[in-house]
Amino acid sequence: MADVTLRKVIKRYDDVEAVRGIDLDIADHEFVVLVGPSGCGKSTTLRMIAGLEDITDGDIMIGGDVVNDVPPKDRDIAMVFQNYALYPHMTVAENMSFGLRLKHYPKAEIKSRVTEAARMLDITDLIDRKPKQLSGGQRQRVAMGRAIVRNPKVFLFDEPLSNLDAKLRVQMRIEIKKVHQKVRTTTVYVTHDQVEAMTLADRVVVMNHGRIEQIGTPNELYHHPATRFVAGFIGSPAMNFIPCRLEEAGGSLNIRLTDRIAFPLPPARAARYQTVPRNEKLLLGLRPEHITEAKQHKEPGVENFDTVLDVTEPMGMETLIYFMLEEVEVCGRVNPNAGARDGGPLRLAVDLNNMHLLNEGTGVVL
Amino acid sequence: MTSTIVIDKAAPTRAVKYGSMSRDRTWALRWSYFFLTLFAVFSLVPPIYMLITSLKSSAEISAATNPWWVFHPTLSNYVELLSSNQFLTFFRNSAFVSIFVVTITMLISIPAAFALSRMRFWGSATLATGVFLTYLIPDSLLFLPLFKMFAVFGDWTGIQLINRWYVLLFVYPTLTVPFCTWIMIGYFASIPKELDEAAIIDGASWFQTLTRIFIPVAMPGLIAATIFAFTVSWAQFLYPLVFTTSTDQLVLPVGIITSLIKGDVFNWGQIMTGALLGAAPPLIIYAFLMDYYIAGLTAGATKG
Repeated sequence: MADVTLRKVIKRYDDVEAVRGIDLDIADHEFVVLVGPSGCGKSTTLRMIAGLEDITDGDIMIGGDVVNDVPPKDRDIAMVFQNYALYPHMTVAENMSFGLRLKHYPKAEIKSRVTEAARMLDITDLIDRKPKQLSGGQRQRVAMGRAIVRNPKVFLFDEPLSNLDAKLRVQMRIEIKKVHQKVRTTTVYVTHDQVEAMTLADRVVVMNHGRIEQIGTPNELYHHPATRFVAGFIGSPAMNFIPCRLEEAGGSLNIRLTDRIAFPLPPARAARYQTVPRNEKLLLGLRPEHITEAKQHKEPGVENFDTVLDVTEPMGMETLIYFMLEEVEVCGRVNPNAGARDGGPLRLAVDLNNMHLLNEGTGVVL
Repeated sequence: MTSTIVIDKAAPTRAVKYGSMSRDRTWALRWSYFFLTLFAVFSLVPPIYMLITSLKSSAEISAATNPWWVFHPTLSNYVELLSSNQFLTFFRNSAFVSIFVVTITMLISIPAAFALSRMRFWGSATLATGVFLTYLIPDSLLFLPLFKMFAVFGDWTGIQLINRWYVLLFVYPTLTVPFCTWIMIGYFASIPKELDEAAIIDGASWFQTLTRIFIPVAMPGLIAATIFAFTVSWAQFLYPLVFTTSTDQLVLPVGIITSLIKGDVFNWGQIMTGALLGAAPPLIIYAFLMDYYIAGLTAGATKG
């Protein structure tokens, strides 16, 4: 068990900078997920923590010791790979005990650790099989078992669920969470799937173009994104971004979306955005769940307007609706009984208490 | 052989006319069987003729009878050869040379292929190509400079290597090492990178990764390389002809020719017998390891 610290870590391949100066503190026992689109440097960062990639500049510390030049085997870490990377010629038990056997642990100790891990992962019956005879989910369990038996300071997961089908992925996600609750080992987990990130992490690190966009708990990222990238990346369906500008309206502030549609801002918001220049190009960020069917009683900060829907997607417990505002397609979530139909009119309500205002040029949330 | 069996299973026993696809397939099968038969006959005639001849006495061979039939079968050629010390010496030399060469080749090729396929170092790609190019230089070009080298080496150090069977242990690897390394580079390259990364994180050194992961996983490739190295050293003719001359230092292919052809007298019966017996060890090895050999070659072929 140990904390992991990254200080201004840079990775350069020839003239391409894959990771451009990362600062990250991961506390003991913490489950941190690095998430971002492909090529954002998340895997490279993980591999640098593992020692599989040299770092170009900066420091990586595990348990307080700088490990920049420490080979992977002496970093006391365990890693689970996307394609499982099980040794095909060894049985499940041999796969799991390989690391311990290399370190010449006593036989009894190895056996008890393997048995314990197999029990925890529910693979006791498979212990004498070869990887070839296992399904994808079982292989992933073995790969996790191989990490657990080593009892390392840090677990590293590199997109471990990407090769599994959707149903199994949900199952294994819960499995991973359970394992972490039991062993409490510091964990760094890389994924491109924001749902995985949100559900697993104590803290999520959103990366883009080799930099950290934002670090926070899943709820912080969802409700208080710092940038347009984070706002758009976290949450599904993604947040709507509608071009808008602010205008004075008799001592109060209005937000104008189109020539036809303008809403008065709730007082708290109006105060917050008072200093924003009126001619600045802005984006209104609204999550689909804050665009719903209009209610009988109008609540403060909720504004109604009429529109014509393009497409509806009934999901069962809710219906996703899509409509155009000027040039922008907007997504909303309405009650299945709200009467939404393809091409039909609908009176909608936007909840401006949960709005985000972004600077279109810089992408910063104001 | 395996592929023809597979085709055989899939083919309908009678021509079933479901459509043009199956008719095309039937014709394709007919043609392939035609050529396969042709090829099989072509390649089997010489060994069959050797077998027939080896069962004849010298008198019958020179008699003007049907050469494709044995009228008075005799095992005398076999008895004579197998009881002659000379032939057994050739056989022993061949066996020693082949086994040692295979060992030396593997000891060099496996680590070389591992390094070239996994450790990226300056010039490794060029070196890998270079290894293959060396294999393309024919032995008929190399034997003169090699002979000169060993002669000079003998003059300088007083260690005489020419006309000793073990000189071949230095010469044959020039043929076997490049090709075996090349086969195994392809094979090692097909092993996913994560496998050695997992091993490294599990605490394995490079050497342990090689011995505990790569060699077991790449066993089919290794066997293919072993068979190749064995066949090359067993059948090599030019180098032993040049480098060894005394009868007690000769290997089989050269031994048979030099000891059984006396002036213009060809002892055909014994020559054929010796050649057949000499062909036996590679045949036996092939028969046992055929499946591995094919698997190894194709794996090397697709990931070059």
